Order: sequence, then structure tokens, then C-alpha cells
Amino acid sequence: MAYSNKVLDHYNNPRNVGSFDKSAGNVGTGMVGAPECGDVMKLQIKVDDASGIIEDAKFKMFGCGSAIASSSLATEWLKGKTVDEALQIKNTDIVNELSLPPVKIHCSVLAEDAIKAAIKDYRTKQTNKVASEQTVA
Amino acid sequence: MKTPIYLDNHATTPMDPRVLNAMLPYFTEYFGNAASRNHEFGWIAEQAVDKARKQIADLIGASPREIIFTSGATESDNLAIKGVAEMYAEKGNHIITAATEHKAVLDTCKKLEKLGFRVTYLPVRGDGLIDLDMLKEAITPKTVLVTIMYANNEIGVIQPVAEIGKICREKGVLFHTDGVQAIGKVPVDVNKDNIDLMSITGHKLYGPKGAGALYVRRKSPRVQLTAQMDGGGHERGMRSGTLNVPGIVGLGEACAICQREMPEETKRLQYLRDKLRSKLEAGLDEVYLNGSWEHRLPHSLNLSFAYVEGESLLMGINDVAVSSGSACTSATLEPSYVLKALGLGDDIAHSSIRFGIGRFNTEEEIDYVADKLITVVRKLRELSPLYEMAQEGIDLSKVSWVND
Repeated sequence: MAYSNKVLDHYNNPRNVGSFDKSAGNVGTGMVGAPECGDVMKLQIKVDDASGIIEDAKFKMFGCGSAIASSSLATEWLKGKTVDEALQIKNTDIVNELSLPPVKIHCSVLAEDAIKAAIKDYRTKQTNKVASEQTVA
Repeated sequence: MKTPIYLDNHATTPMDPRVLNAMLPYFTEYFGNAASRNHEFGWIAEQAVDKARKQIADLIGASPREIIFTSGATESDNLAIKGVAEMYAEKGNHIITAATEHKAVLDTCKKLEKLGFRVTYLPVRGDGLIDLDMLKEAITPKTVLVTIMYANNEIGVIQPVAEIGKICREKGVLFHTDGVQAIGKVPVDVNKDNIDLMSITGHKLYGPKGAGALYVRRKSPRVQLTAQMDGGGHERGMRSGTLNVPGIVGLGEACAICQREMPEETKRLQYLRDKLRSKLEAGLDEVYLNGSWEHRLPHSLNLSFAYVEGESLLMGINDVAVSSGSACTSATLEPSYVLKALGLGDDIAHSSIRFGIGRFNTEEEIDYVADKLITVVRKLRELSPLYEMAQEGIDLSKVSWVND
């Protein structure tokens, strides 16, 4: 199978590889997929609490080159967006940008799921924080 | 050193230039039909075919009259299994095979199941070998054929063929083996190994594609087959069709070269294979061997690099031609059924690479491949959330994965 130049570029020079402290209050972590399926994606966002803007994003990926490229691209797109804007990222945007063939569409779905999972984790933490602050007050 | 480097010799082998030279005159000057009995063009073609028949027979300890030419191993497997099933249908309708067979055998058996035959698919042990006691228990008075491959195309393990053949002989059941990965690589002898039928192909032993053969035993027992193609009654009536004379000449020459050079070639390939394994294991932790080490073809290696997915690994070594058991390299999205049959977790199957070292690989190439793989595996492990979790001491088998 031939890979698009953009997939090759992300595979050879993956952006934003790494991890944040997942216990930090302004970090949201999404882990999706399973080793048996040959895909595990971990995607993390770090949000500026005051503005609600994603100031940084990182990923780690066990999966094929197209899945690595999908998650690498997702972290690029997340940075600078508000959490609400980030929720608008669709897997089809990733498919188009990377010219993924039909057999690799599940890689982009995984990236969308990871974004949503990371945001959900972040929002849960925020809610709990507000709740605990209210309890203290 | 030239790239890309070819290390996928289980899939096919490059043709030996000596084989090509032997074939060339039979495309042009000696173009006759080997079945033309009344002129010199036919006689020359027939002589060439007879010579090849002997070369092939010599390599496997058979008589030339026991060699039936076909288009390759898929046809040979089909002819052997369907031909025996049809011929001996009055005796019984049961066939025994193994879960790790090639699709040419498995899908042929599945076809027969649809036609009313009963098929037992023996499981394999963790090392890839079948359990001989299970085979004995599986044989019934209705069993007409056992078909178990000599050596496996994915993991390179060699089945206890002589023992399987002995059991079949004692029980009066015919024994077919797909020999394509083993013939020319390790000593194969149809008498010592108690084989009744064996599939052979040219392109796995440095010969041409599209030229194969089926060994069919003529004495004790005399095996009969129902032809699967109707026509001029060539090849003792078992396989009609004008013989592919240049291809057959190539197959014969390839067998002769293998027979002559096997002792030295085996040593060289085994040295390179062992070096590749030891370099990779010295440079990386958590590298797992798939299949028995002891019962293995000399040029074959199948390793899993834990926490790294196979296709992404292949992408990183794109100037090296190897295969992966990962789902992503196939159209099915299912990891290799052979690796799964060993009882490996799907994650380890997804991380596997098959190396097939061949006659024309050099030590420099093996060193290059080992160094490059070590670099790429390290890089991908830095990228792998599973490796990170394992380093943190998390037991991956106990994690509940979000997966829909």
C-alpha cells in the first residue's frame, strides 16, 4: 500500500510526542483502542483554565503509520483551539487532510474518539474541582 | 550494498541465473510440445522434461515416474486433496489437517466440507507443532487422508513428518504434505518420511513461478487420484494440459542446484539467521521468538517486538522487504491465523515480523537490517503508550480497554 506524503511526514517526524502528568487538574487524557486490535491511542490536552484554550497537546500511539499520522495531526490541530472548537474536529477532516484510504478510516475515527475522551476527562475534572471548591466554601 | 534488501524468501525467491540459463533455449530453439511423439521437436522437449523429472525425483528420494507436473503448489494441493477425496469416497469421507496450514489446503478442505466431507482441523501446540497423540485419536475408519505441511510458511517450524507418516501408514490412511517451504532447504525423503503425496513448487527454491509438481507414490501403497481437469490425459491421466517445458526445465535445474549445494548453503543461511536473531536480542529487550527454535527451517525467523505494531515497523524499514503478521498489512484486519493458533495474544501477533533469508543475501545486508530494526523499534517504543505503561509497571493484561 502506498502512503500519502503527509502520512509519511507525520510518521517520520511525529509532532507532539510525549505525556503530561495525567493527575494535573488542567490536563485531560483520552486513551482509546485495545492492543488486541493493534491500535492504542493516548491523547492529552493541557488547557489554560482562564481562557479555556488548549495550550498544548501530546500523544502516544501503538498502531500503524496511518494511526500515528492521525494522532500527530490531531495534536497539531488541537493547539490554540478552545475546548468547544476542538469538539468540532471530525474524523472526515483527518481522512481528507491525510488522504487516508478506506481501509484506514478507522485510524481517523480513533483520533476523533481520543479527542472526545480527553475533553470529557478534562471536563469531569473541572466539574469535580468546582464541586469540591463549593464544598470547601 | 544495494537497497531495497529482499528478506521475504518464504513468499517467493529470486530465480537463480543458472536456472534461467537452463530454461532459455526451451522458449525459442526447443519449443516443441513434449506430447508430440512423431518428430524431433517433440522428442527434444520430452527429453528435457524427463531430465527435470529425474532431477526433482532425486532431490526427494522418489522415482521419476512418481512426479506429476502442475502449475504450482496451490494446484498440487487441490489435486492431491480433492483427487484423493473423490477417488476414495467409497472408503470414507473424513480428512485430517491442521489449523496452521496454508490457505491452499485449508480452503480446499472447506470446499470439501460443503460437498459433505468431514474435516478435522488439529490445533497446534505453543511451539507450532501438532500433537501426535491427537492425530492418532483423530483417525477413524472413515479417514481417507491426512494433510499436514512439512514446514510452515509463516513461522518456519518443521512438523514431525516421518512420525506423522508412520502413524498414517499403520492406520492405512494416505498422507499428503505441502512441501514447498522445506524442499531444497532441508533433506526431504519421501521414503524415510513415509510420504504418499507431496506438493512442490519452483518459485520457492530459486526456480520459476508457474511450475510445480505433485509427488504421487506408485508402490506400497499405490496412490490413485481422480483428475481435477479433463483433457488430453497427460501425466498418467492425473493432470491434463500441455506441459510447460521451460518452466519444468527450470524447476528441475533448481532442484539439482539445491541438492548439490544444500549442505553448504544450510550452514551459511543458519549462520546469518542466528546472527540476525542474536543482534536483535542484544540490542532490544522483549523480543519474542514465534514457533519452535529446534524444529525450524535454517533460513527462517519470526519475531515479535512487544509494544510495537507490525505495519508501523515495516514503514520504518521501508528499504527492507519482510512480512508482518499484523492485521494492518492484510485486507482482512485480522492478525495472522497461524500466530493466533500458537495461542499468542493478538497484541503479540500484531507485533510480529517474518524474516526469510535467501541464497543471495549477504552478511552486510543482515547487519544493516539488524541495526536499522533496532533503531526503528526504539523510536516506535518511545511513541508507544503500551511501552510507557509497561515501564511504569502496569500489567497490560489487567487494563480494561475502551474499545467500541
